[in-house]
Amino acid sequence: MLRYIAKRFLIMLVTILIIVTLTFVLMHAIPGSPFNQERGTSEAVQANLEAHYHLDEPMYIQYLLYLKSIVTFDFGPSIKQPTSTVNDLLGRGFPISLELGLVSVIVAIISGILLGIIAALRHNGIIDYAAMAIAVLGISIPNFILATQLIQSFAVTWKILPAATWSSPKHMILPVIALATGPMAIIARLTRSSMLEVLTQDYIKMARAKGLSPYKIVFKHALKNALMPVVTILGTLLAGILTGTFVLEKIFAIPGMGKYFVESINNRDYPVIMGTTVFYSAFLIIMLFLVDIAYGILDPRIKLHKKEAE
Amino acid sequence: MDKILEVKDLHVTFKTYGGEVKAVRGVNFDLKKGETLAIVGESGCGKSVTSNSIMRLIPTPPGRIANGSIVYRGRDLTTVSEKEMRTIRGVDISMIFQDPMTALNPTLTIGNQLTEGLKQHKDISGREAKERALEMMNLVGIPSPEERLKQYPHQFSGGMRQRVVIAMALICDPDLLIADEPTTALDVTIQAQILELFGKIQERTGVSIILITHDLGVVAKIADRIAVMYAGKIIEVGTKREIFYEPQHPYTKGLLNSVPRLDIEEDDLIPIDGTPPDLFSPPQGCPFTARCPFAMEVCDKVYPDSASLSSTHDVDCWLQDQRAQLVSTMAGTRK
Repeated sequence: MLRYIAKRFLIMLVTILIIVTLTFVLMHAIPGSPFNQERGTSEAVQANLEAHYHLDEPMYIQYLLYLKSIVTFDFGPSIKQPTSTVNDLLGRGFPISLELGLVSVIVAIISGILLGIIAALRHNGIIDYAAMAIAVLGISIPNFILATQLIQSFAVTWKILPAATWSSPKHMILPVIALATGPMAIIARLTRSSMLEVLTQDYIKMARAKGLSPYKIVFKHALKNALMPVVTILGTLLAGILTGTFVLEKIFAIPGMGKYFVESINNRDYPVIMGTTVFYSAFLIIMLFLVDIAYGILDPRIKLHKKEAE
Repeated sequence: MDKILEVKDLHVTFKTYGGEVKAVRGVNFDLKKGETLAIVGESGCGKSVTSNSIMRLIPTPPGRIANGSIVYRGRDLTTVSEKEMRTIRGVDISMIFQDPMTALNPTLTIGNQLTEGLKQHKDISGREAKERALEMMNLVGIPSPEERLKQYPHQFSGGMRQRVVIAMALICDPDLLIADEPTTALDVTIQAQILELFGKIQERTGVSIILITHDLGVVAKIADRIAVMYAGKIIEVGTKREIFYEPQHPYTKGLLNSVPRLDIEEDDLIPIDGTPPDLFSPPQGCPFTARCPFAMEVCDKVYPDSASLSSTHDVDCWLQDQRAQLVSTMAGTRK
């Protein structure tokens, strides 16, 4: 197990290096620099500024400097907001983004699995059809459309929920619904179909023949097996929710990391782009790693390490 | 010996898009304490449906017990509530399934699956449950049980898994064990071991067994009585000796003739020509008429009454009628 984690850790480092390099190349492939936006700064000032941020150095030096900043996890100050460092921005934005993402993930998983189970148990009944209709809608409506519609209905027309910002649990409701609906729908459909398959298995019949209660049969015997495909797509869903937060933070004016991320690209704020990218990719890669580990816990037949299987 | 189970005029139907399938059409049999009854017949004759009906494990809908009664120790299982049925399943009546590779949950340890029935039905501590589990593992012959309890099904071979399934079925000390093709999915050598195990268990616990199978070799080994099913009906029932040495129904004879034998100098197996009738609209008369070499006009029109040849041997065939005796002696019986 330890060897497996070490191996995975190395692969994760390589992945992050590739992402960093790609981001660096793409960042510099975009024309323009942080300082040449119709501001009429004199050439001398611009040259000084560029020298200050090492933008006048050759590319490979800049690249190495970036690598150094990543290894030390010190991205320096933001070019556009010189009063705060990139780490400050991350420290301010990430907890909020994490809160939004985490609550959405939890809501999506719990409601998706419950919806899927209910639909499977009432197979071909009215509840099943209703649940699946909701799921199809959830999958087909993009979250930014849903978000604007939710704001229109709940905040503008009925005035029961706040339209934007992030200050109380009440403010969380609309963004979380907008963000969680899509993944919830996918999880619900997947849970339903794998649940239906599992419920016809012999070991479920065996569990019934033992006289177990329906509750035990569903939650102890069926669910664990039915969740395997759900865990598989959890990684992808996490990525979806993560990128979803960018868009929704913009729509709901939530001061999370997404805001800085989008702004930094518009402003060519190189340190912030770099910092947020590295941070997000590291976060996602670690999440995917945890999903892999969850796999082994759910199904004892899956061994994470070759040696263990022998 | 007292009867523990009495099945009377059992009808089970399944609704499908093509219409209603009458899978079991008036089955009668009973079972005494400590006895092994084998229900034999070809695929689709209703033997598994019959056994699942006793456990009330027919998926409803589409399945339905349309008529009849299943009386277990004075209680009619067709009418008890689902909740009450749960206190009977596993405790009084247990079941073993065909394929041990799929009958165990791959994500739970053997120990967990063995003891959960016990914990569900009896007020018992974890340690007592484990002790009972170890006792059962020893009974069914699983070596180093203490270690094995912590393992998962994929770490067991097919034969070992079937032993676990048997231990699981017997852990609450049931009166009746229904074994649905318990050896079909196993290697021949393992089959023999499992059958021996059934004998040993019956000797120790006095459990009654209903054995569902299409394998007459298995039947010959452990059954006391045999019921032959065809197209949703039991067409002949008798002791093992009666069915093997004095089969009366042409179908039973055909079934025995189609088993390969080494002790008789005969080149070819004699298959039964044709296929069983469509159970969407089963024939009014004897369902075997179309395949029967002795079929008479009446066979197609009216189902025969049951004829008793001895206190244990009953057969549903027009050939047993007084008026048909002549035909039967003329046509003779094949060896």
